[in-house]
Amino acid sequence: MTWRIDHIFPVEGGKVPQEPTSVLVDDGVISAIGGSAEGAEADQVTDGQQQWLMPGLIDLNCHLREPGPDRKGSIATETLAAARGGVTRVCTVPDTSPVNDSGAVTHLIQDLARRNGRVRVHPVGAMTRGLAGEHLSDMASLAGAGCVAMGNAGYATQNARVMRRCMAYARTFDLKLFIQPENPALAADGCAHDGVMAARLGLPGIPEVAETTAVNELLMLGAETEVRLHLGPLSCARSLDLVRAARESGQAVTCEVGITHLVATEGSIDGYEGIFHCRPPLRTEVDRQALLEGVESGVIDAIVSQHRPTDRAAKQAPFADTEPGLSTVESLLSLGLRLVSEGALSRERLLAALTSGPARILDQAPPSLEAGSPADFFLLTPGQSWNVEPESLLSSGAHAPTLGAELPGVVTLTALGGRVVYQA
Amino acid sequence: MGESNASLQLTPDGNLRHFLSIDGLDRAMLTRILDTADSFIEVGERSIKKVPLLRGRTVVNLFFEPSTRTRSTFELAAKRLSADVLNLDIGTSATSKGETLSDTLLNLRAMASDMFVIRHAQSGAPHFIARSVTPDVAIINAGDGRHAHPTQAMLDMLTIRQHKQTFAGLRVAIVGDIQHSRVARSQIRALNTLGVDEVRLVAPYTLLPNRPEVLGARVFSRMEDGLKGVDVVIMLRLQRERMEGALLPSESEFYRMYGLTEEKLRHAAPDALVMHPGPINRGVEIESSVADGPQSVILGQVTNGIAIRMAVMSMAMSGQLGDRQSEQGEGVQAS
Amino acid sequence: MLDVEQLLERMTEDLRELTRARGLEVFHPVGIRTGGVWIARELRRRLGIEAECGELDIAFYRDDFSRIGLHPRVRPSWLPFETEGFHLLLVDDVIMSGRTIRAAMNELFDYGRPESITLATLIDLGRRELPIQPDVTGSRLELESGQRVKLQGPEPLELAIEEVSHG
Repeated sequence: MTWRIDHIFPVEGGKVPQEPTSVLVDDGVISAIGGSAEGAEADQVTDGQQQWLMPGLIDLNCHLREPGPDRKGSIATETLAAARGGVTRVCTVPDTSPVNDSGAVTHLIQDLARRNGRVRVHPVGAMTRGLAGEHLSDMASLAGAGCVAMGNAGYATQNARVMRRCMAYARTFDLKLFIQPENPALAADGCAHDGVMAARLGLPGIPEVAETTAVNELLMLGAETEVRLHLGPLSCARSLDLVRAARESGQAVTCEVGITHLVATEGSIDGYEGIFHCRPPLRTEVDRQALLEGVESGVIDAIVSQHRPTDRAAKQAPFADTEPGLSTVESLLSLGLRLVSEGALSRERLLAALTSGPARILDQAPPSLEAGSPADFFLLTPGQSWNVEPESLLSSGAHAPTLGAELPGVVTLTALGGRVVYQA
Repeated sequence: MGESNASLQLTPDGNLRHFLSIDGLDRAMLTRILDTADSFIEVGERSIKKVPLLRGRTVVNLFFEPSTRTRSTFELAAKRLSADVLNLDIGTSATSKGETLSDTLLNLRAMASDMFVIRHAQSGAPHFIARSVTPDVAIINAGDGRHAHPTQAMLDMLTIRQHKQTFAGLRVAIVGDIQHSRVARSQIRALNTLGVDEVRLVAPYTLLPNRPEVLGARVFSRMEDGLKGVDVVIMLRLQRERMEGALLPSESEFYRMYGLTEEKLRHAAPDALVMHPGPINRGVEIESSVADGPQSVILGQVTNGIAIRMAVMSMAMSGQLGDRQSEQGEGVQAS
Repeated sequence: MLDVEQLLERMTEDLRELTRARGLEVFHPVGIRTGGVWIARELRRRLGIEAECGELDIAFYRDDFSRIGLHPRVRPSWLPFETEGFHLLLVDDVIMSGRTIRAAMNELFDYGRPESITLATLIDLGRRELPIQPDVTGSRLELESGQRVKLQGPEPLELAIEEVSHG
């Protein structure tokens, strides 16, 4: 089965070619692109209508909510939402219910993904049993079952000794650790950045040091155990300084930032907007600027959606009682493109942080349009915009950071292995 | 901040619809509340202390956190306005059964009440209720988490105005646990809006928010400096549990450093007013001789408390009714 | 136009007549804000009443609260004497529906039980909605629809007829 798409601009690495061309897909693989594909024989031909053809994006931090309570989301709904966002590979966070701390749960996720999923689903295993931060999980078995990394899903270990042993054990099998840094004693019962807004609204704060001291400790432990460490999502400028310094000293550490933290600040929670209840909390404009600069300079390797859909009831409560998290995988790329159009980010760095950067962290081949690559790609109308409304979102969670906003860039078709998994 | 609070609390023509926080209300509105309260104080001096303003209206006191004192003043205020009053102490029983706050409120709506007076342990709970659950019910905040206790702050403003006539030129020190105090947050905002010269916070850093200056006040660590020349000293109540969370070493050390003694009060202006929301921990926040002394207005605040609550309730009900009217498209004509 | 001075003279005469006929010794005057207070003060002076003039703000007693809400400028009512057992002279500038007087009497009873209340108004526009009639009135007046009468004062006291604009 061959499939040719004509009149497309292949966009890789941020540059848009002058002339449109064609791409040829043969048996799920890109067999030719550019001149050699133009006019080639094909079973099926699609008019690309002058759209951009882009390699599928990778999201390292995505909650699909399955297994778990039905009403929050499922692999079927959330991978469809991902496909609509141009994302073709997602890493699932292990805080499912039950927690992904055994090969059985990993296999369940993979089975569900094969049956109902629209994109490639890469489970991340829980680093400790039940994410309780006390006992090591069967990391080697989890990796054997297909987990691409081990993570803490934002749950702290009981103490630094447990963390040190997780790292040492993971290093034995050359496993990557995905750790969201937070000092639990300093974060305590906080629910918002411990700054201007928390002071005014009378909300218990999560101070910046809850993250920076944790980053510091993790870097020290990581350097000693020589584990391959991936930190994030990070929320503040000083965390980046610490990561930058560690890298300059040669430590194997990478980091990620959530898209919401690139587009919003603590000001968003004014009026007790529970939608913007996030973990880590949204911080100051200075932090946001530093995070953008971090993506631009490459200290930040990946931009993630930190997609965490939830049912309406979970956001219908006084702020501190609302469930943290937003539905973001659908708007991830569009929000990034808006940052590009605002001049806050270069297109090249945005796309790298959504493709080659995360691929490197996963030790996977970067998404590509070159001949021989899997036909995981999407078509985008860059000049068109769409409205983010609760009704228009495909995700089960209607809590996007930009409800009511008009965002640039509409994905009209997403293919996975040459098969159309989403079409507008 | 101010703007979103204003749009939630006020009707399109600028009348009070809900009373959620001092934030978002301007000086004219606060002054109107104080003036209206003055009129209700006069009502309290009559042989029949009741006016028919809210006759036939139902006020529900919805207390998710117990507080007999605050609830009683709201109840008395509502009754003096001739409203029917329903007291619901919800505590944690409903929510522990898995009933969400939204569910509770939906059930209450069936009672066709006109006003909810809400006390809740979570900051922003009255905002949430005002915004999403009960568009045609006036909401009065009777204290939410660490956020606001606007009627308490307004009664303090009424007391200050009675003693000092005007707010211009006043220097006011607030002493004690600012961080956990909804009263302090509302007081600071009200004092600044009413145009005092300076608001000072006197507290150890463990009892201050991370960014105290954004509240609109100067921070002092020592009582001697913070009280120097002030016209009003507001002492906050200290909760015993602060000793347990490593916020304070002991009551005795707190008293030594921040307790209001006659000696420390000498740093303030000679006619400085001493206020405390009560009940007082004698020998922890304040020396007995100061609490009972001539400068203290600690006990004279009950009358003001009822009058302020009557003022706010009648104004919010009036705004709510006016708003319902204009939504129905009926012109409102003053006679 | 109506001359307030003349109307006040007539009211004073009628009130003297009335006190004689009823055998009353002394009135305690109470005016309804704001026009009624001005008229009450004038009558007090002319009748040589010693008691100070009370002032009523009936905002808390209006029966149209649910239609128009609380008046934005409520001031405390002020009664410098006990009402219990006293003969009160209730004064307003204009009477029409009678609802203001109903509210004022309700308010007066919340201070105590007066021995009697006598009602005096400067102008009576008729069109009553309640069975309340003034004992003494300066003048009856018929207004065209769309007109209203307004007392300006306190110095000098003048009556003006205004066209009400309907919005």
